[in-house]
Formats: sequence, C-alpha cells, structure tokens
Amino acid sequence: MRTGDELAPLRIPITRTLIVAGAIATRDYQDVHHDAEAARAKGSPDIFMNILTTNGLVGRYVTEHLGPAAELREVAIRLGAPNYPGDEMELTGRVTSVEADADGETAVIEVVGANALGQHVTGRVTVRLPRGGGHEPARP
Amino acid sequence: MSDAEFQERIKAYEGRSAVVGGVGRDPVNSPMIRHWCEALGHPVPVDGTAPATMLQVWTMAGLSGHGDRSGPYDELLGILDAAGFTAVVATDCEQEYLRPLRPGDRIAFDAVIESVSPRKTTKLGTGYFITTRMDLRRGTEPVGSHRFRILKYAPAPPQKPQKTAAKRPRPVINRDNSGFWEGVSRHELLIQRCTDCATPRFPWLPGCDRCGGQGWDTVRASGSGTVYSYVVMHHPPFPAFAPPYAVALVELAEGVRMVANVSGVPYDKVRIGMAVELEFTEVEPGLTLPVFRAKEEV
Repeated sequence: MRTGDELAPLRIPITRTLIVAGAIATRDYQDVHHDAEAARAKGSPDIFMNILTTNGLVGRYVTEHLGPAAELREVAIRLGAPNYPGDEMELTGRVTSVEADADGETAVIEVVGANALGQHVTGRVTVRLPRGGGHEPARP
Repeated sequence: MSDAEFQERIKAYEGRSAVVGGVGRDPVNSPMIRHWCEALGHPVPVDGTAPATMLQVWTMAGLSGHGDRSGPYDELLGILDAAGFTAVVATDCEQEYLRPLRPGDRIAFDAVIESVSPRKTTKLGTGYFITTRMDLRRGTEPVGSHRFRILKYAPAPPQKPQKTAAKRPRPVINRDNSGFWEGVSRHELLIQRCTDCATPRFPWLPGCDRCGGQGWDTVRASGSGTVYSYVVMHHPPFPAFAPPYAVALVELAEGVRMVANVSGVPYDKVRIGMAVELEFTEVEPGLTLPVFRAKEEV
C-alpha cells in the first residue's frame, strides 16, 4: 500500500430495508430510523440511516478492500447529508499515509460517502496490516 | 432566564458523568455479530471476532431504554427538551479499538459529558452539540473508546412549498437537434455529416460549418474518445448539481468534440488525454444522457 492509492469505489443502494435492518442490528430503536410517520412528525422527509450503520459501512469498505488480516485501529466519521431510502451512496477512499515498521504497516485512509444530496459521511480510518498477514490488497 | 444564563446552565454539565458502571446488555456473541454483518453486507470475520466497528453496539440499551444512564446526562437532555430543543441527531463518531472482541467478552463502560457547544444554527435547526466520551473495558482491561457527538435541536419550521428536489434542466429539443435526442433515446450517439464535403459536425446545426452545405446524414459514434480538456466546477452551485464535479470536453474518435460528464472516476482524477468510452446514464427519471466512462481506473 502506498500513499495516494485510491480504493475502488463502492456503491451501496440505500434501501428502506438496509436502513431498518442496520438500525435494529445496531440496537438503535430511535423511531426516526424505522418509522416514517414519526420521522416526518420530527421534520424529516423520511426515515434515515443511523450513524452506527454508516460507521459499519465505512469499516466494511476498508475491510473488504484490504482483506481479513487488516485490523481497524480507529474510525472517525462525521455525518452530513442524510441517507434517505431510494438514494445511493458511493464510498471512495484514498490512502493519506503509510508507516511501515518491523511487524507490518499502519495506514490512514480518508473515506468519503456521497449520495444525491451531497456528502453523507467524511471519515478517517486508521488500519493495521500485519506483515505476512496473507492479505492481497486489491489494486485498482 | 436569559440566553446567556441558559447557556451557562447547560455548560455546567461539562465534565459530569453520562454513564457510570454501565454494563453491556449481552456479552459479545455470534448471533448479534452475524445479524449485524448480514444487515450491513459486511464480511463475517473468519476468526470469530466481532467487527471492530460494532464497538458501540455492545453498549446500546435497545428498545427498553437506558436503565444505567446517570442523572446528569438525562437532566441535560431534559433541560434542552423543555427549552424546545426536542429533536436529536448524531453527527460525529470517533472510535479507537485497542483489542479485538470475541464471543463471551462482557463489556463494561463509563461515559462523561466532554463538551456542550454554544448555540449553533444548522440546516436542521438551532441547537447545541453535546459530545460524550465513553471508555469500554473487558473486566479492567481497556478495549476501546468512543467519542460521540449529537445535535440536540429545535427543528426548523418546514420549508416552503419548494420542498421537491431540484431537477436538472431539460434539453431544449427543436427541429435542428431532435435527431440527436432521438438517437440518445435509443442509446445511440449520432453525429451529423455533411453530404457535400463529408465533414462531421457536433453539436447539431442546420448547415455545414465548413462548406455551408445544407444536406446531411448521420454517423453513429463508435463511443471511443479521449478527454480533450476539462474544468472542475466548485462554485456557484446550481440546483440539482452537487459541486465539485468535472465537466469534460471529449474528443470522439470521429474527430468531433462534445461536452459531457466523465463517470467512473472522482472529479479530481479526470485528466487531459484520458481514454473514455461512451455510456448512457439515466441521471434522473426520464432524463438519459450520454456520458463517458474512464477506461482505466486510476
């Protein structure tokens, strides 16, 4: 892995099922994530994805790219435009630093998830790749 | 109470505990890991550990609510509710993972109210950002930390009737260019060719811009092209377009140039000379446009 490497984009359809299944799988029962009427009553046009699901999708993006040997060390995300049903989010990523040591390397990857409304998520993932972990980073 | 007094009152919660001695409802377990992976389309870790980004899940109270939140956090939210800041949305999540979690691990946690922002006005409404920091342990061993920011806000009044999302401008179709748009509807990119001097031309015009001839037929573009030039739009934003985006001048193999979007690469990766291939994209229902996909990923 090298500084400046780009991760292949990942497009995720934002279905009602993904939003509700993600909210429940993360044990987040805030009604705005599963009840469209309640969401509208609170001024939102529809239900929207919860932050725990977004966090998991950012982790998935990096993990799928680097393979099972990669260990996430830090994930820091900020949300912007909500993920509403019917939208699509495209995750893109770029390696901004790589530090090698005797046991492997530690990389920082900046991730952006954009939907039709703008940037849903911007984040920074710090990931550890142990030497000889058997990973074959996917090369675009 | 004046605004300043109110801000002082809520600011006083900084440094107070949000959770003391919280305990995960369930130990880390395989069914929850599998359900989470299934919902998110996440690979199931082959070594049986929980995906790191599940960290917060192990601290969630679930449908029955937070029995273990201590007074100050609920008090603070209650004060904001009573003052009209009734809605809540999560805005930031910063997690650090110190060791993998495995089925059977019992998670304990404490959280502190790290900061309460001054009053802020956002697109959603006016309110206060509250940042908490949670430290998670297995027994006495730290396993990770989690900084979480919410916006507690008074929902902005519903927008005026222009609530519907802006649509892209529609092409103006007239007798001089209707053949082009008919081609697009069949996913064909048609170039005009002068029947007098055989010069191809684009965009569509009534006469040849080389010899002035009025006769023409069409050639279907092969779809190969290269980026001849491009600009990146940052400002001003137009309705239905989200800057930044690249607008390219693509030179087709047939020798004419056309303005189009480049797909398949981020806006800042479009380069002069980049090989592109024609494709048709339905950019919104009822509007299909020719765009050019970068042939090699960068």
